[in-house]
Amino acid sequence: MPNKKTIDEKTVKHVAGLSRINLSGKEVKLYQRQLTGILGYINKLNELDTKDTLPTSHPLGNLKNVFRKDSVRKSLSAEDVLKNAPAKKDGFFKVPKIIE
Amino acid sequence: MKDYEIVIGLEAHVQLLTESKVFCGCSTKFGLAPNSSTCPVCLGLPGVLPVLNEKAFLYAIKTALALNCRIQDIIKFDRKNYYYPDLPKNFQISQYDKPLAYSGYIEIEHNNAKKKIRITRVHLEEDAGKLIHEPGKGLSYVDFNRTGIPLLEIVSEPDISSPEEGSAYLQELKSILQYLKVSDCNMEEGSLRCDANISVRPRGEGSLGVKAELKNMNSFKAVRDALSYEAKRHVELLRKGERIVQETRLWNERKQITELMRTKEETHDYRYFPEPDLVPFTVDKKEIDRIKRSLPELPQAKKKRFIALYGLGKYDAGVLTRDMEISNFFEETIKLFDNPKKIANWLSGDIASILNERKITIGRTRFKPAHLAELLDLIHTEEITGKMAKEILPEIFDRGISPKEIVRSKGLKQIKDAGELASVIDDVLRENKKSIDDYKKGKVNALIFLVGQVMRKTKGQANPKIVNEILKKRLEGGG
Amino acid sequence: MTIEAINKKLNAIIYFNKGVSATQSGTPIAIKDNICVKDEPTTCASKILKGFKPPYDATVIKKLKEAGFALLGKSNMDEFAFGSSCETSCYGPTRNPWDPERIPGGSSGGSASSVAAGIVPMALGSDTGGSIRQPASLCGIVGMKPTYGRVSRYGLIAFASSLDQIGPLTRSVSDSAMLLNVISGYDEMDSTSLDLPVPDFTQSLVNDVRKMKIGIPKEYFPEGGIDKEVKKAITKSKDILIALGAEPVEISLPHTEYAVSCYYIIAPAEASSNLARFDGDQYGLRKDAKNMVDMHMGTRTAGFGSEVKRRILLGTYSLSSGYYEAYYLKAMKVRTKIKDDFLNAFKLCDVILTPTTPTPAFKIGEKIDDPLKMYLSDIFTIPANLAGIPGISIPCGFTQAGLPIGLQFLAKPFDEEALIRVAYTFEQNTDFHKRKPKI
Repeated sequence: MPNKKTIDEKTVKHVAGLSRINLSGKEVKLYQRQLTGILGYINKLNELDTKDTLPTSHPLGNLKNVFRKDSVRKSLSAEDVLKNAPAKKDGFFKVPKIIE
Repeated sequence: MKDYEIVIGLEAHVQLLTESKVFCGCSTKFGLAPNSSTCPVCLGLPGVLPVLNEKAFLYAIKTALALNCRIQDIIKFDRKNYYYPDLPKNFQISQYDKPLAYSGYIEIEHNNAKKKIRITRVHLEEDAGKLIHEPGKGLSYVDFNRTGIPLLEIVSEPDISSPEEGSAYLQELKSILQYLKVSDCNMEEGSLRCDANISVRPRGEGSLGVKAELKNMNSFKAVRDALSYEAKRHVELLRKGERIVQETRLWNERKQITELMRTKEETHDYRYFPEPDLVPFTVDKKEIDRIKRSLPELPQAKKKRFIALYGLGKYDAGVLTRDMEISNFFEETIKLFDNPKKIANWLSGDIASILNERKITIGRTRFKPAHLAELLDLIHTEEITGKMAKEILPEIFDRGISPKEIVRSKGLKQIKDAGELASVIDDVLRENKKSIDDYKKGKVNALIFLVGQVMRKTKGQANPKIVNEILKKRLEGGG
Repeated sequence: MTIEAINKKLNAIIYFNKGVSATQSGTPIAIKDNICVKDEPTTCASKILKGFKPPYDATVIKKLKEAGFALLGKSNMDEFAFGSSCETSCYGPTRNPWDPERIPGGSSGGSASSVAAGIVPMALGSDTGGSIRQPASLCGIVGMKPTYGRVSRYGLIAFASSLDQIGPLTRSVSDSAMLLNVISGYDEMDSTSLDLPVPDFTQSLVNDVRKMKIGIPKEYFPEGGIDKEVKKAITKSKDILIALGAEPVEISLPHTEYAVSCYYIIAPAEASSNLARFDGDQYGLRKDAKNMVDMHMGTRTAGFGSEVKRRILLGTYSLSSGYYEAYYLKAMKVRTKIKDDFLNAFKLCDVILTPTTPTPAFKIGEKIDDPLKMYLSDIFTIPANLAGIPGISIPCGFTQAGLPIGLQFLAKPFDEEALIRVAYTFEQNTDFHKRKPKI
């Protein structure tokens, strides 16, 4: 675990960008302070030796999968698919253009 | 170019031929009305969960085994996080650090030399939807029908050393997948897609050059062309003493050039982590052995067998076994007409051009092995000429009726009677005095020309062998 | 007072389903606003899902409808279930019926408050780090988190997929057992639901704890880390069970102190990915803009509240390149240790007895500006989610100020029967569950 006690403002801005969230200058400062506090607490995990511990990504860990059979089920009606759409046209969802 | 070595790795994406999508029950059919094959799961609505399609998984394992891969002890999925409107959850369920299979290889034959191309990894993931752009209006339209179609990613090691070899690798991969019946590998419809990593280095240099990633190659030809273009571009830059920058480039089919898409600095941070909605699981070793044993004969093995068993040349055997349907058609026909060479010629010649023209596979036509056998038999027994056979071939494809039937209904028949042919030959000799002189001066081609004229006048029905004999006699007899 | 009038004071139910009233046949039930009900608003108490009506029913909703329940409406919650106080809802805070100045707990605060106040006899909640048990405790009712995989999560809008579980909030243990009977079972739509036979939980409503081994983990009674009145009530509860024939066993869960840290890596990480889909493309709020990135940015910035943003930032940070191994992978390993603690402990005992919360309900606004302090109020409930084991909170006393205190039992995976039996026995031999708040 990084021993850096703080997460800097640049990192907060970078992470906000990855999360597609805009932050005002004031918010950047607030989250920087709060996240530093939380991460400071979380760093407690550093005390533990986990060299020989396997990770648990899943509480069950029974290693048995449930498959579905390859059979076609009814899809949603055209009306239901687009019922919640903020913008639509001719059966398509309409979204603003992408600029890379 | 000779002073430089090209290093290529290919990354293929293959849609698997399941009935339903990889994590839900929506149909995988191509060409449906927009968003008509979607449900809460593949639309990624709040609250939904994925459940793995058993057949998609089995197809993936089957492919991996055919590519000589090792299967992972524990199968798990991961989330690849990035924002894009064709990705409804804004993450893709994929496999990251533990692909379901790894360390395999494909054997290819190129320029008469065999070569092993190693496979780094094979993993299963979900396909994304389709975006249609409306440039003038600054809008895009999203269709999620393709979202969730099972996609197999097959990544090769950088073992490929020329664009042609890359194409041969992709062709071999396509053949194997078609033999396994796990994908139709149609590059035009997008069921087979290919990206490439390419770099060049001075021959003999130990370390690799800086690589470029190529995307948007939608045909075998495009893969070849884009790789050739990019290799030349790198060599030219190096010759000028310029630095090559690691970047992703798009193949522009119209301009026949590659164009910058993004540089390395702009690459995504995908934040992979284990997919918590799918439970990691093990595959029974016995089940893997069972699948391994049930694998069909693969293209390379079949090619060897065709050479040994039917006495075909390497080239013919290669052409016939590239496509499983054609190779099956070949073997079905042999049961009815025992002349492999003749069957091979027809399959790789006239039949191949009809299939090409019509953009169809032989299995989807009404032309059957019995038709080809009968046609060859008609030629063999000199009922009809080869030329006549070629002429009626499209009609057999169209109507799916027997060649004999067509021959009879059209009144087609070889003219073998010397008396019947004599008058036509008289006419031809009268009209082509110059050719007679030419022949007498020793030009053998003149005879071929005269035979052709007779064939033309008889609409291809004259037996060319008999015509040849009579003509020769007449010309040499001074008549 | 009418239901509407009571609700006006508490803000527990945020939406009453059309055509359903408490008087109609079928037991009325409130549904936490993060569980999808076909064609009814389902918003996770977030602006970003305003107007969203799912085109499908969650599996638990299907089961409730088939069993003839009357779905009264949607109950308030912390936005996206991120919280322990029900203060972060876009519909405003829910109040505790025992003291309207205080929080009802969270995130299933609306469900707990409405059951405690008698608006409904029962409600469904979801529990990711204590979100059923903690509000049940603070509102003086019964709340149960089943084993991970016991109840289908299909249709529960995910917070942290490897921790979430739907469960009942009721006034009695027998109601919880009955409701658990209805909602449990394998679901082919949820690969993480387990294909195990579901027992009839009402068979475990047995007033008998003789020979039952009750583990007392010393780590759950930290010196100075727990309210005096709470500690007294829990100790008394233990004595009651011993008097009824239960056998106390001293146990240790040595990694308890790392649970909150572990949880605040895993839960926000999964949440940051689960909440990525809310971008204005397909449903809910959209802030129009000229291009896609600006539209997504504008929508998410306007649609999410500050606690949601905080956890998305935290989760994105711990997953981002360069930090994954240090945070997420480390947390998954610590999770193994916490899970193993419980597995070892259950070799020695049948159930574990702990306080549900370190303190009774705190005041609205008291911890809202100190996220870490807020996170630490779930210290006793979080470990069960990390280990996937079942837990129940039942009323076990009141403070001098009249605030309810909750007692938590934990059991090994898929042994809800043990929980029901010990909780039922305690309930049948005490009167705490009979006391009602004055509204």
